[in-house]
Amino acid sequence: MNALLKMQGISKHFAGVRALSDVTLSVEPGEIHALVGENGAGKSTLMKVLSGVYPHGSYDGAIVFDGEERRFNDINDSERLGIIIIHQELALIPLLSIAENIFIASPPARFGIIDRGEVHRRTKELLAKVGLDETPDTLVTNIGVGKQQLVEIAKALSKKVRLLILDEPTASLSEKDSAALLDLLLEFKAQGIASILISHKLNEVSKVADRITVLRDGRTVDTLDCRDGAVEEDRIIVRMVDRDLEHRYPKREPTIGEPIFKVTNWSAYHPLHADRQVIRQVDFEARRGEIVGIAGLMGAGRTEFAMSIFGRSWGQKITGRAEIEGREVDLSTVRRAIDAGLAYVTEDRKHLGLLLAEDIRKNVTLANLSAIAPAQVIDDLKELTVASDYRGRMRIRSHSVFQETGKLSGGNQQKVVLSKWLFTDPKVLILDEPTRGIDVGAKYEIYCIINELADAGKSVVVISSEMPELLGICDRIYVMAEGAFVGEFPAAETTQEKIMRAIMRKGEQRL
Amino acid sequence: MSDAALKKPGHAGFLKNNLREYGMLISLFAIMVFFEVVTNGTLMRPLNLTNLVLQNSYIVIMALGMLLVIVTGHIDLSVGSVAGFIGAVAAVLMVRYGVPPLLAVLICLALGGLIGAAQGYWVAYFKIPSFIVTLAGMLVFKGLALAILAGQSVGPFPPEFQRLSSGFIPELVPDTGSLYPTSLALGALLALALVWLNFRGRSRQEAHHIETEPYGFFLLKNALLFGIIVYFAYLIASHRGLPNVLVIMVALIALYAFVTTRTTIGRQVYAVGGNEKAAKLSGIKTERLTFLTFVNMGVLAALAGLIFAARLNTATPKAGLGFELDVIAACFIGGASAYGGVGRVGGAVIGALIMGVMNNGMSILGIGIDYQQVIKGLVLLGAVCLDVYNQKRV
Repeated sequence: MNALLKMQGISKHFAGVRALSDVTLSVEPGEIHALVGENGAGKSTLMKVLSGVYPHGSYDGAIVFDGEERRFNDINDSERLGIIIIHQELALIPLLSIAENIFIASPPARFGIIDRGEVHRRTKELLAKVGLDETPDTLVTNIGVGKQQLVEIAKALSKKVRLLILDEPTASLSEKDSAALLDLLLEFKAQGIASILISHKLNEVSKVADRITVLRDGRTVDTLDCRDGAVEEDRIIVRMVDRDLEHRYPKREPTIGEPIFKVTNWSAYHPLHADRQVIRQVDFEARRGEIVGIAGLMGAGRTEFAMSIFGRSWGQKITGRAEIEGREVDLSTVRRAIDAGLAYVTEDRKHLGLLLAEDIRKNVTLANLSAIAPAQVIDDLKELTVASDYRGRMRIRSHSVFQETGKLSGGNQQKVVLSKWLFTDPKVLILDEPTRGIDVGAKYEIYCIINELADAGKSVVVISSEMPELLGICDRIYVMAEGAFVGEFPAAETTQEKIMRAIMRKGEQRL
Repeated sequence: MSDAALKKPGHAGFLKNNLREYGMLISLFAIMVFFEVVTNGTLMRPLNLTNLVLQNSYIVIMALGMLLVIVTGHIDLSVGSVAGFIGAVAAVLMVRYGVPPLLAVLICLALGGLIGAAQGYWVAYFKIPSFIVTLAGMLVFKGLALAILAGQSVGPFPPEFQRLSSGFIPELVPDTGSLYPTSLALGALLALALVWLNFRGRSRQEAHHIETEPYGFFLLKNALLFGIIVYFAYLIASHRGLPNVLVIMVALIALYAFVTTRTTIGRQVYAVGGNEKAAKLSGIKTERLTFLTFVNMGVLAALAGLIFAARLNTATPKAGLGFELDVIAACFIGGASAYGGVGRVGGAVIGALIMGVMNNGMSILGIGIDYQQVIKGLVLLGAVCLDVYNQKRV
């Protein structure tokens, strides 16, 4: 079988840094080809070379598509051939409708006037193809991230797509949405559309991929063929990190003490729709030295619950009682919540967690400036000592504490955010999706940090959409669905199926 | 601190990395040299230099407040009108009602703060874009100034008040003829203090193994700093000594430089501009800070209005017209980012001085107000383009 795409001997340098060296990638027609590797392994760079973001001449090597060597000068050249890339950060315009977004570049028009009927009809067709049940006139801002992802794919289908590239498409999707998306890829495969899937979620990769190319440090390490039999996740990991991660989750002997943090009858309403109750009478408890998980699907209200506790950062008409170490606490502002001993590490570190233009030092001290500023004047040497200390302890890889956080990798950014909150010396640490968008090696480090914190007598709350992660690190897991807690399990005695069942039962009750 | 922190780049590398910081200073210097040459030495004459300070003090003072507003990600278009309005209020209080100058000044500053609060309230707590709120403020206070002056100029002010702008610091040494030694000594003292601060900072950094600039460069920089300040002090001292306004201005610059770089409130202002949501989730009272930057702006605009009125010795309905443009331009020329979170007090001051020197130099050359504006506009655009280009290159 002739390959649809062959990238041969691709090398790319950035100002002396070698990003790719002699990378080979070949994709056959109608194949799902997964591209895996740690952050910084060169996956995105390779895709930018392929799509023409880095034009011909800025790299070495050859791209052969459809049996001909191609020299793309920009992204339009590659799109014309049907190579469509969907980036991790979606490129939709929130206040335009689905239809307008899909046909943003070249709407069907007669004499320059957009044929609205035609746009509507074709959008409907495309939405049906991707299985999205929304009207074409719905504004993109009003649908969830999972559906937005489908709109992006519909947009890709509106062009004549032959090779679809998806960069971390399921990173922010719930399990259900992810599964639907992967099914869609399989459907495309049946229609002969090839795709390249970049993902950190190895279970998904091994489920749908025909072949897997592993990149490490800008080189092709291996291409594994899954068609002759499933490839074990551990085998992929070994190739990615070149060290045996026998246990993906570090072992720990928990010593669990008395309850530190107690929330009773907690309710909250949507910030814009005052009649929509999003958090329903939640009772929650976390003990000293315990790691508590909150499982649930996207939109279950986990982040909203955490943020409504943390200084009423989300929602309105918030009611309920919160106790820390047996005493009722006032959590009505973020400052009060911090002073009461609460810390919340956001799921969206770029938008809600970091000052990306500032250095590590200023980010680490931001939530507890008074500790380094007696009489409101910052002691810059003390600040430096604090930041350097955390940089060392958390192993933040950077050339110094003066490096801008915007230029760090995802894992290191997460460590900066964690440092910031540890510096406030919290009693209860809520971590919202602490390993999202982080590579396998850094994930392990984050788990170790979580364990250390629990062992140091803090109580750690982990919100995660990855159930294996919760099962791997937590002592106890709450299950949340539609704003309410619908189950509570000791982690040792539960399984993904049990958690899923608890969620589904809630859904059935409503029907 | 580790390996890389101790690695010292060479002189060339250091210059390249810090081009942005020194670039503006070098531009100011180049512009001054240029006008010094083409005006045949008029620019740096003691008389003209003193005038230059008096003419630009109110722009510099407002630029300090505007910098904070811009750093939080906002803008204040009303400062010119507010300055004009406060000048009018001062005139009415002192000239019509005979209120003692000191009391009138205090009332005016408080009123400025109140105006800033009124505008900041809508911006901070109601999330109305500052552009719109202060555009409204611009119209309101321009109108109010006209109303309370009934369309006429009011003056002259009591002599005590005039001294705010036209006065000079008292001379301690008996008359020596041409030179004012107290002023010269103060200038030298300031230069010494700055150099001492630099050396102390450097030795503290070295003690903690923080990367420092190359020693030769450091010495050269301080020698230049010292020389330039003493030279200016000498020039100023050979006219009539230090103007009161210059003393106020220098004190405010020092205060704001300290507040922005060394205090928690300064740090928090930058955090709000850099990422308001992250700042809020870090326990920073973002609304209150935004509100306070507008209050601060109002007080400084009032002070500028008083200085301007005292300088003209009369309050006119047209006072303050277009000041906001010079002030905002100064901040952007000085490297502040229109997206917030970035900007330095030193930069804004240099930006204001660049505008001031160009105004003054072009006036001496007899370039009409028409082309002066064209040139200033192009300089603003060019400065910001250069800045954006530099950031992209890195």
